[in-house]
Parts: sequence; C-alpha cells; structure tokens
Amino acid sequence: MATYKPVVVQAFPKLGEKITQDTLYWRGYKTPVQIKEFGAVNKIHFSPVPPYNYAVTASSRIHIYGRYSQEPIKTFSRFKDAAYCATYRDDGNLLVAGSEEGSIRLFDISGRAPLRQFDGPTKAVHVVGFLSDKYRIFSGGDDYSSSLWDIPNGTEIISYSEHTDYVRCGCASKVNADVFITGSYDHTVKLFDARTKSSVMTIEHGHPVESVLLFQSGGLLVSAGGRYVKVWDILKGGQLLVSLKNHHKTVTCLCLNSSGQRLLSGSLDRHVKIYSTTSYKVVHSFNYATSILSLALSPEDETIVVGMTNGVLNVKHRKPEERKEESQKKRQPAYRTHVKGRTYMPKQEDFCVSKPVKRVLRKYDKMLKSFQSSKALDAVLEPPIRLHTPEVTVAVMQELHRRGTLRSALAGRDEKQINLLLTFVARRVIEPRFTPVLVTVADMITDIYQPVVGQSAIVDRQFLKLQEAIGKEIDYQEELLEVLGMMDTLFATFTKKSTTYPEENKSNGLTETIETNTNN
Amino acid sequence: MVAPAGLRVVRCGGGGRLSSARPVFSADAKYLLCASGDFVKIYSLGTGETLRLMGGHADVVTGVQLNPRNHMQLYSSSLDGSIKLWDFMDGIPIKTFTVGCKLLALYALTSCEDSVFVIIPKSGERDTFQLVSVKLTKAAGQNIEAKDLSVVLDGVDASPKCTAFGREGEYVASVKDVNLQVYFFKRKQLNRFSVNTMKTKGGNHDFTCVVCHPTEDCIATGHADGKIRLWRNFHHKKEYTFSTLHWHHDIVLDLAFSVEGTSLLSGGVESVLVLWQNLSDRQKDFLPRLGSGIEYTSVSPDGTLCCTLHTDNRISIINSNLRFSRSIQGLIKSADVKTGLVVDPRTKALVLNGEPGHLQFYCLQSDQQLFSLDIVQRQYIHQAGLKQVDLVKVAFSAQGKWLATVEEREEVTDPELQLKLWFYDEETQSFKLNTRINTPHDDHITDMCFRDMDEMEDDSLILVTTGRDCVFKVWVMVEDTDPEAQQSVSWSCDFVGSYHNYQATNCCFSEDGSLLAVSFEGTATVWDSVTWDLKCTFCHPPGKIRNICFGRLTCSKYLIGATDHGFLCCWNLLSCALEWSAHLNILVLQPDPLSEHIAAVSWLSKESSLFVFKPNEPRPIYIQRNLCKEKIQLAAFVPRDEPETDGSEKYLWLRRSQLFFLTDTQELMTLSTKPLEERLTASSKQLAVEESLPVTPFSLLLGRHRRQQSQEDIDLGKLVIHNKQEQDSPAVKELLHTPAHVLPSASFLCPIFIKSLLISKENKSAEEVADEVEMESEKADDDSDEERDVTEMEQEDTSPSELLGEMTCKLSKHQEKELRKIRKMDYSWISAF
Repeated sequence: MATYKPVVVQAFPKLGEKITQDTLYWRGYKTPVQIKEFGAVNKIHFSPVPPYNYAVTASSRIHIYGRYSQEPIKTFSRFKDAAYCATYRDDGNLLVAGSEEGSIRLFDISGRAPLRQFDGPTKAVHVVGFLSDKYRIFSGGDDYSSSLWDIPNGTEIISYSEHTDYVRCGCASKVNADVFITGSYDHTVKLFDARTKSSVMTIEHGHPVESVLLFQSGGLLVSAGGRYVKVWDILKGGQLLVSLKNHHKTVTCLCLNSSGQRLLSGSLDRHVKIYSTTSYKVVHSFNYATSILSLALSPEDETIVVGMTNGVLNVKHRKPEERKEESQKKRQPAYRTHVKGRTYMPKQEDFCVSKPVKRVLRKYDKMLKSFQSSKALDAVLEPPIRLHTPEVTVAVMQELHRRGTLRSALAGRDEKQINLLLTFVARRVIEPRFTPVLVTVADMITDIYQPVVGQSAIVDRQFLKLQEAIGKEIDYQEELLEVLGMMDTLFATFTKKSTTYPEENKSNGLTETIETNTNN
Repeated sequence: MVAPAGLRVVRCGGGGRLSSARPVFSADAKYLLCASGDFVKIYSLGTGETLRLMGGHADVVTGVQLNPRNHMQLYSSSLDGSIKLWDFMDGIPIKTFTVGCKLLALYALTSCEDSVFVIIPKSGERDTFQLVSVKLTKAAGQNIEAKDLSVVLDGVDASPKCTAFGREGEYVASVKDVNLQVYFFKRKQLNRFSVNTMKTKGGNHDFTCVVCHPTEDCIATGHADGKIRLWRNFHHKKEYTFSTLHWHHDIVLDLAFSVEGTSLLSGGVESVLVLWQNLSDRQKDFLPRLGSGIEYTSVSPDGTLCCTLHTDNRISIINSNLRFSRSIQGLIKSADVKTGLVVDPRTKALVLNGEPGHLQFYCLQSDQQLFSLDIVQRQYIHQAGLKQVDLVKVAFSAQGKWLATVEEREEVTDPELQLKLWFYDEETQSFKLNTRINTPHDDHITDMCFRDMDEMEDDSLILVTTGRDCVFKVWVMVEDTDPEAQQSVSWSCDFVGSYHNYQATNCCFSEDGSLLAVSFEGTATVWDSVTWDLKCTFCHPPGKIRNICFGRLTCSKYLIGATDHGFLCCWNLLSCALEWSAHLNILVLQPDPLSEHIAAVSWLSKESSLFVFKPNEPRPIYIQRNLCKEKIQLAAFVPRDEPETDGSEKYLWLRRSQLFFLTDTQELMTLSTKPLEERLTASSKQLAVEESLPVTPFSLLLGRHRRQQSQEDIDLGKLVIHNKQEQDSPAVKELLHTPAHVLPSASFLCPIFIKSLLISKENKSAEEVADEVEMESEKADDDSDEERDVTEMEQEDTSPSELLGEMTCKLSKHQEKELRKIRKMDYSWISAF
C-alpha cells in the first residue's frame, strides 16, 4: 500500500543570469549615495589605515570623505588648476597630488598647507605615488618623463624620458621599494628600477594605456587601455597571460578587491566588470549612469566608490550581515508543553522508536487526495499561488487533466471566477513552459462558456484579451521561424566552405536555434 | 536438426496467475492457500514465504476449498476435470476424483459432507453452465471416478464469484446478468429476482458477485455500476426487500462478510477496500491505494485477518482493523510490459514494468521482488479510460550506476514525454533522480541505449535515444562548473542526427563503443561515436528493420539485423557487404553479453521457435522448434553466478548465461538442461513450516538463550541430562499432574518449582560429566528415540575424546543398529543451532 503522492511541481531551470555566490556577494550593497563634485573625478584613493577615509580628486580640489559622510571632512584646495591623482602613503599620514601646472604637492593629512612642493616638470603631472619605502615619490607627466623624487630633500633623484607620449598611469611595487611602473599613451608600459639608469622592461599593450595595476605578489601586472584589459607575467619577462575584452569602450580604471581574488575594471561604457583572478571570467557586473573614470574599493570590500565624468561620486556601502539567530529563536516552542520530553537524551542502551513523520500536504493536495477537483482548482487560483508560483497552478491543472476531471473543475463558475481564470490563462499561455497545458485549459474554457458569451462585459473583454495574446504569440513565432530560415541558409553556406564534418555543423546549428527558440 | 530431449522449456515465476480462484485461509489462519496456474500454492502468513507448491493438475486450478470435515485437507478443482484431495501440511495428494468435464468452480459445505458442488458447462450447449453436486464416494484407492452428478441450478454464471451458499447450506444464491436466483434445498423452492423490474436510472445493473451472510438470511450482491445490494426476506417471491450501499464508482469485483456477519468488505477496480460497518451506509472505513484492482477478498476463519488478491498477481494481507500488514508478491504481472526484459548489472535481477509507473526488480533465484522503484512519482488513479503516464523504456549503464527511463502519456495532440536519468546512490542503496528532461523527442521514443563499456570512466558515458520524430539524440554528462550546485553532473543533448527524414527505430553500440548503429526504417546506419560521422549504411529491401545488434567478442565485425519482411541479415562491417541472410520471421533478437552467441526467436503460424547462432557462420548452432504456443514478446540473457560445468557440447551457449522469455500472456519461461528442479527439498520444507511461526522479540530472546544452552550442552555432551532434569523433576511433575483442586497454595509450590528449574553447579569435573552421560544413556533406553539419537550422535561426533570412547563400547547391538540408521539420516538441521 502506498501513501498519497503529492502533485509534482516541475521546477524549470531559471533562464538568464545564474545566481552564483559571486552575484550574491556583489549584490549585497545598499542603494548608492550620490555626491556631486566640481568636475570629473579622476582619482579616488582609500587611506590604508582605519577609519578608511578616501581622497577624491576632482577639478582643482582634493576632498577627503569619511566612511559614511556625505560632506567632505577635509578639503585641499590650494591648486590653481586641476589637481590629479591624490594618493595616500602606506601609513595614511601623507598625501601626494600632481597638478595641471606641473608641480607635485605633498600634504600632511592633519595640515592644510603642502609640506613640500616639487617644482620640476613643466607640464601637467597626471600620476604620482609613493614607493614602498615611503621616502620617495614617483611621478609621470605630459612631458613624457617618469621621475623619482626624494621627500626629505625635496629634490629629483632621477628622471627617465623613455616614453614617447603622455604618461597617464603608474604604480609602485609593494614588494620591491625600487620598482615602479608607468603606462603611457605611446601604447607601452615600462618597468623602472630606481637603481638603474634606464627602464628594465617594456611591455607593448597595443593601445594607449589608461591604467596599470600590480598584484599583491608583484608578479603579475594588469594594464588597461582601449577596450582591453591585459594581464602580464613580469617574472616571465613580460609574457601576456590573458587578454580580456569585455567592455565596449575604453577601460579607464582598474582595482583589486581586498582578498586579491577579484579584479574590477571600470570603463567609459558605464560598466564595472568583476573578474575572477583564477579563471579571468566575468563573474559580475555593475551598471552606472554615466561613463566611469575612477574606481576604488575600500579594505574588506565595505565600500565601492566610483567617480564619473560628470563629476558625480557614487558610493555604495555593504549591507550588514543578516543575523540568523533571530529566526532560530522564533522556531522554538513558546510553551513548556512543547518542549516536554524533547530534551531527553537517549542512553546508549535505549532502543529508539522514531515517531512516524507527519506529512503536511498543501491545500490543493488535500483536495486532490479526496478527489475534490473543483476545490483543488480553487485552492491554486488564490492570489499568492496564482501570482507568485504559477507553476503550481499549472501543475494542478495538468494533474486534473490527467485525471480527466479538468472539464468539470472548470465548469460551473461565476463571472468573477471566469474572469480570474481567463486573466491567468491570457497572461501565462504564451510562456513556453505552460503553453501545452494552458492551451488545453483555454480550449475547455471557450468550449464550456461559449453559450454565455455576450452576457458579461468583463468576461467578453477577457476573451478578447486572450485572443489578442494568442494572436501576438503566433506572429512572434512566425517571425522566429523566419529568422530560423535565414540562419539555416547562413549555416548552409557555412557548411559549403568548411568541408569537414558537414553533418555535425548543420545539426549543431539547428539545435542551437531550437534552444534559443524555446528560451524565448 | 531436431531439438534434443535434454533441453526443455521451464516456466518460472512460481506458477501462473493467482487470480483463478478465491484464496482460502487455513483453519488456524497461519497459511493461505491459493490457486496459481496449474498449482496450489501455500503461503505462510507470518513470513509471506511460499511454503509449498503442489502440482498434479493438468490444467488451471479453478477452485480451492478446505475439506469441511478435516481442516488439514483441501479440495482443489481444475479445468482438467478432476477434484483432488490434498493433505496440504505435507503436500501429499490423497485422492483424485475424476469428474470428466471442465470444472469452473468448487464449493464445499459443512452440511453435506459427502458431496461438493461444482460448476460445469452444460453438455451440448455453449456458454451455459450449471451448478451440480458431486458425490465423493469413500471408496479406497487413489483415483476414483465420480460420476454421481445431480444438477442443482441451471443457467449459472461461469465465474466462481457468482454463486454462493447461504448459512448452514440451506440455500444457494446465484447471479447472472440482471437475475438473482435463490434455491432452497429443503423446500426445493427456486425464487428468481431481477433488478430490471426495479425502477432505476440508467446504468449497468448487471450482477458481478454474490455472497451470503454467515448467520442470517441475507444476500449481498455487487453490481457493475458500483452498487451493493443487500437482499432480505427472499423467502417470499414478492415481499422481498433490499437495501443499497453505494460508494464504488465502478464495478464491484468482490465482496466478503466478516466472520460474524456484522460488517461487509467490498473491493473494486478503484483498489480501495471498503469496510461497511453494521451493513449500513452510515459507517464505512476505507483502506485506499492498495496498488491495483481487487479481484478477490477473503476473511480468515478467526476474523483476525483478511486478504485481497489483486489483478496484478499480488496478495495483500490486511489486519482486522484495516491496517495493511504485508504483501505477498512474486513477479507482478502488469498489463503490458513495454520496457522489455532488462537485467540489472548490479543485482542480476530482471527489471520490467511492475505496478503502474513503477519498475520492479525481480530476483529470479528467490522468486521474489527485490524492490519496486517509483519512476513516475505521481498518484495513480484507478479508473477505466484514463490515459496514465506509463513507463516505456529502461536502460542501465554497464555497471548499473546509471539508469535511464522514459515515461510517456498518450495524448491526442502530442505525447507527454519525459526522459529521466537516475544515479545509484551507494549510501541509500537505491536510485536517485539526477536529471529530468521534458520532451526529449517530439514523438515517441523507440529505443534507447547506453554506451556499454566496462573500463570507461564515468564522464564518458553516452546515452542514445531514437525517436519517431526522425532523429536520434546523443546525451552526455555535463559537469557543473559552479561548485555550489547541489549535484556536480547533469545530462544534456550533445548531438542530433538524422538520416533522410526516416523514423529512427533501433540503436545499438558496438562492444568497444566505437560505433553506433541506428536503424532508420529500412536502413541501418553506422556512426562513429567520437566524431558522429556517418560511416556506412546497410539495407536489405524490402521491409523495415525490426531489430539490430552487433556481434560480440570474436564476431565484433558483424552487424545483425532482422526485418519485418522475414529476413535475418548479417553484414560485415569491414567489407561493408552482406555476409549472409536467412528467411526467418524474427521477433526477438538478443545477444548474449558474455559470449558471441545470439538468440533469435521467430514466430511462424502459431508457434515460436528459437535459433541460436554465431554471426560468423550462417548455420545456427541450436534450434528449438515449437518453443511454446504463445507469441514470445521479449527475451533476456541473465548471467549465471557461476558457469555451468556439466553441460554437454551442444549447450555450450547456455553455460555462462541463462535465457529467459516473456510471452504475450506474461508467462516467464526459461530453458534448462536439468529436470524440473524442486525449489525446496522435502526436509527443508518441513522445517520451513515449523519455523514459519511469527518471530516475536520474546521468542528471539528465548531462542538465543536456548541456543546458548544447547551449544554448551553439545560441548559437554550432556544434552539429555538437561532435558531429563526438566521433565523428570518431581516438582514439575507434581505441579503438572496433580489436579488443581488438591494443589497447595502457589506460594508453597513456587520455591520448589523454581529450584527445579535452576541448573546445578557447572563446575563439575569432566569425569563427573562423563559418568552422568553414561548413566543417562542407560536410562534413556525407554525414552523417545529421537531424543536419544541426538545424544548418541553427539557422542559419536565427539568420540575421539578419550572420555566418551569407553561409553561407545558399551552400546548394545540394538543401539548399534540404531546408530547406523542415524548415520544415514540427514542432520543438516543441527547446523541451525
């Protein structure tokens, strides 16, 4: 003897974006906070020490924002023209920035006036940064040169004039205090060692380089320029590891997350893409309102700050982790009687007899078990099921059809219920997963309620809606068939060109098109 | 070439259909007696085992009744025209009464001791039957002619359910079509009633079954429209009354009154057992979802159990409080075996359709169902005319790790198809659903096979399905890259192949898995299984290809196909040419997985023939004409556990595997070189009867205790001492033999009694023990033989030991004679201790 088997509700794999651990992680941010800056935001840099303030360079000012502040907590505005690339030192005490007029200024975080000013370059300095020994600064500017400055003396140590175009990006190695890298619009990335007179390595990126980045290990170099993000192995002498082409406009900024497992790239195409650094596949992507110029991620991925061309600063904070303890607390029985005997731990020699598990049937299953078809259909036409889980409604309809009682379940309904049924059918009949069942249902409804057509305006309207939906679907299918025909001809010409395995190519193409068809 | 006498067709599956007669409980409600094909089967109700299979009738057994005078005997009637009297405890036929015409039903009454009632066809008229009483003479001898027939009722229905005898055999009620006739023996009065005269709405009022109340004058009848009528006061032709009970929506198949007659059990095709309390409509209890339609119900004489016999050859034992207790099932006979006979590589069980929507794993060795796998996982509605989801195709991968099933539901517009792939879970020891594919093909799936390679790793497993939508599809396992997914592999379509828009009918992989053969109507195509290139095509017009298979081992270069135009063709894959062909109407083509032999079953004008051949030679190595009269639907080679060694040269092909057939009447048959082997030897059967007592925790406890004791006793050789102690203790004797009214109070007797049960100190020296044995053996002369035999046997076993050596010398001549007798006897049962 078997027990009652509940109706099988078929779960269909969700089409489109798959929910992975990554999407869940990167979706866990609150709605963004928008802060208007004075001009295009060219650099955002987080202080490496708590409370992780960040410096935003826009127009002629450098604003320092606190973690949750909407207003800048500090402003450095002693620039005559645009400021560039405000960068914190590793200890978070000093800030260096380049400027349009060519001077490099060094600020103390607590002070307001610059501690040092390095006047050497004649043209705009777009990139500055500290070397990892904290006492030297590197810079790159529009005079094609890359220079190294000494902070205590305030003098230039060395200047390399190897680039043949503007130097727009650079970074220092965290492993070696003498090594820094600059990228230039001459399509090259050059690696300099402060101990030598010339560059150590030159990497040909192929496009004007907008951003460079070194991995924490210092062995891998990422360069962005044009639509490409390329990863190079420095230890192998600058061998190209992988070339990513996921943006359709110039990639402007790069950033690593705190664990180093994910690489983020921002682009003028308004997207931030997140790559896994193991597979170099895009695992997630963010969409922004305007073109992105700069991007930064706070330690522990708490905040994503994105600067746009229109001067808007977009700040996203991470949602606090949901606590699961509360929900567990609720489950515990409120009364002493509920816990009676449950806390008893069986001894080793005790023979445990498990209580038969009481199966809880859904309402429609109870009705189906007692062969009440009409009531079962009523149960699945209730709003929560009908609206949120239409597959349950359709599964019960199919089960009724299988039992041969669908017609009697559909019959004998009043205006309101017919209206409800027809609304459901008209809305869902075009979904491929429901079509076979709902077509039968629609057939039966029209069959049963044909005599009453014209008696109720509401029902008539629903019938018209159903007709319209089906008509649209037919047109759509015809169009798809046309597309299929066109693709077939394309594949036919394709198979003529390549003589190998004609059969396979053709049929593969066919299955693909069929799949897309069903997906739609 | 004539079939040698050595090989014979053996029916297996433990007899035929059970549904030819109502099962009968033995008087003590420990055994259930059923008619099963040509046999009478006895089941133990405690364990559900088949205890005995009593054969002797030459045709289907139609009735089984206990002998009203002796409850250890039973009458059985058969279509061969004989009534047999059996001692069913020992399985001995006592008497055979030859009546001489077909017996369709048998009734035995307590009131008329020397005669039984049978239904026989009326001589000279077709399709009319009469109820006659047969006088069973008490003449000596095994075979007795019983020609003393007297007609009781004319024009009765042939079904045994349509006639019933009233309380104490005063009257007999019989129904046919819309008429009920009641005949009173004493008054010799015949009353006829008809439901046609009554005012009723449309519907089929035909009677289907009748039972009589055990104590009152009341008749219950079941009707084809689902109604049950209770007739009373039928002594009068006019003033009779009846009441109607209606719950069944379809035909009532059988009824049964409880022992006291307070309630009525009814069953129908809904497979729900209904208990009508107090014979009223108000109070009824149900036992739903019994699996399939209830053909017969019967109640045990003590009222503790009832059993239902189902249309699919299954018996359910049900407690008196309508709780399902156990089910006795062998090979479940489903309406149509669509899946074919498949062998599970893991259990070597035969796999085929079982209950609707289930797959049964049937163990051939033990004639038991191993388990039933629910494939469809939907509630089965027992209703005529419903199109249910049915299981149509099954395939196992080489090691039985994967199982693929196809289920479909006929629909007017498009069939509802599902392909399911099951993974064998080692932990739960059962199959677990891995992938479900909706509408794998646009039309029916005609064939399915796995790439059958033993040494291949799992990830290269390939499944091929062919469909009537003119394509074959290749399914492969895909590993899910997402590590968080619940299962790491799933199946998806890899390749779709077609050939000139012909329907794909069969598919088959070569032994090494490198080639796939797919037949498209009249053409067989061969595909490379790596690149999915079409390699070559074969055809043998006219006619479409019905079966296709590759040769194996040394014959792996051949492809064999059978066409529906009556040709068996063998193509050479190396030369791409026809090697040979034969004109045979082949229905079944089955290659042996362990050798190069191929079995082909042909059907020619009402008889099936078997041909066994090797593909490399056109002459068959074995032919068996007239295999059976029925059409053979399916065949399967089941690998033997150990290869047979004594087979002669001619039956080499049967050495490593056994061939099984399934006919269209669902009869499972096999070929055997040995004479019909008895499943159980006589002695072990007897044991089975004894041991079939229900095992309770107490008996287990006691059993273990006893076993320990007897083990110790055997070691010391003092089994008898112990027995003696128990029996000869004066305290026990006193307690048992003194009349109760002269006994002293229990508190006085208790200490003596308990003391007598205590075992005296165990730390006796070995010599003491020996002395005691000696003493006892002398004393035991007048004791029951058997008991002493045991001791002596034990002593004989331990005779090398010095202590007992002197004892054996003392045996008298009489004892020695006995000893010799004992040596010849079978003591295998001792091992049970």
